[in-house]
Amino acid sequence: MSDNGTGGTFSAQAASASYLLGLGDDALVYAQSLGSWLTWAPALEEEMALANVALDLIGQARPLLTLVGQLDGTGRSEDDLAYQRDERDFHNVHLVEQPRGDFAREMARMLWFAAYHRELYGALRASTEPTLAAIAAKALKEVRYHFDHASQWVVRLGDGTQESHERMSAALSWAAPYVDELFEDDSSSVSAAGTGLGVLPSTLRPAAQVAVEAVVTQATLTLPPPSRWRSRGGRDGVHSEPMGALIAEMQHLARAHPTATW
Amino acid sequence: MSEVSAPVGVTTASSAVLAAVRAVPDPEIPVISIEDLGILRELSVDEKTGKVHAVITPTYSGCPAMRAIEDDIARVCRAHGFTAVVSTRLAPAWTTDWIGESAREALRRFGIAPPGLAPDPGDDAGAAPRRPVPVTIGGPRHTVACPRCGSERTSELSRFGSTACKALRRCDDCGDPFDEFKAF
Repeated sequence: MSDNGTGGTFSAQAASASYLLGLGDDALVYAQSLGSWLTWAPALEEEMALANVALDLIGQARPLLTLVGQLDGTGRSEDDLAYQRDERDFHNVHLVEQPRGDFAREMARMLWFAAYHRELYGALRASTEPTLAAIAAKALKEVRYHFDHASQWVVRLGDGTQESHERMSAALSWAAPYVDELFEDDSSSVSAAGTGLGVLPSTLRPAAQVAVEAVVTQATLTLPPPSRWRSRGGRDGVHSEPMGALIAEMQHLARAHPTATW
Repeated sequence: MSEVSAPVGVTTASSAVLAAVRAVPDPEIPVISIEDLGILRELSVDEKTGKVHAVITPTYSGCPAMRAIEDDIARVCRAHGFTAVVSTRLAPAWTTDWIGESAREALRRFGIAPPGLAPDPGDDAGAAPRRPVPVTIGGPRHTVACPRCGSERTSELSRFGSTACKALRRCDDCGDPFDEFKAF
């Protein structure tokens, strides 16, 4: 890893930075994924909705990445981190880097991600890092709205026509293998939770699961059984195939014109 | 403007620049000022250094108007011969409850339904599994009066409107679409 600061040991500060990098990258990369809905959403209102959700997420990613640059000792800015890192240095989960599928898939992804985000930011309001606590308190209000939005669509599609029911059901099955990774503890999160800066992802699962199941039940659907394959490695920088293309597009302008300003 | 009643010249300049900064309009909703909207959290002037310190807070984390607001504050300060030092603060998180009564009336006149009471930020998340909030589809979730005709028979067209802070509604009586400032 390039961002462990000086010395050979994985210090608490470096672990905190690594933990925050995961949070910031989740928000940044999901925002980029949602951006691909522009001109493709089923209705103009929905296009604005997805763009607004993406905007909230970028707004969350920016101070998180700024904090990373301060904690890891490199002094990198939010732009340095967003535009000058390679794929292996991104710590986001695989769920957020998957390309745009049908609209049902996007709502399945948003339902799970917002349920996770809601519990995460709810817990981080008590972080010992004041900046993180402030980011979380603000972001919580936003992600509640994301969850609400996804919930409404999942119910509308699940409890809709035969076609929409089947596609929403398929979408939940599509999302299922990516869910565990959101709630997985790794060395960074264990360390960050230990210092009080962060929270163990595994502790967020019960409440998120209850919330998602309630929506799925009301949508006359059932969650699929656990799949044998599931995603892993995102927090260590090991990504799935779509990630390369995603960051190539995201970073193109900044890479082509490194000193550009406007 | 008459300068007759001003006690000391320097003080006049200071109070003038402070008043001008308070009156900076929101870039998206120009009928209300950043002070009315609750975005301007702190404001002070140092006459010795000629600096105006302003603390602003975003409505939404990703609000793209923040940069424009900073630029507007800087421009207004320059026009009064001062230099602006603008910083951003996230806590406490902005809430629509900070929008004053006169600003709500200005919003209504502008055609935007003012926000209701913001939901309690502490009522979910982070706690033990709770009874889920029922999901409602269609139908009014709360009463929002049409800013044009006053009718309370309105329905939501989209939960996300022209900006992050607004939802799109339609009046079932006069038929006009309108923006609602979301309680947040």
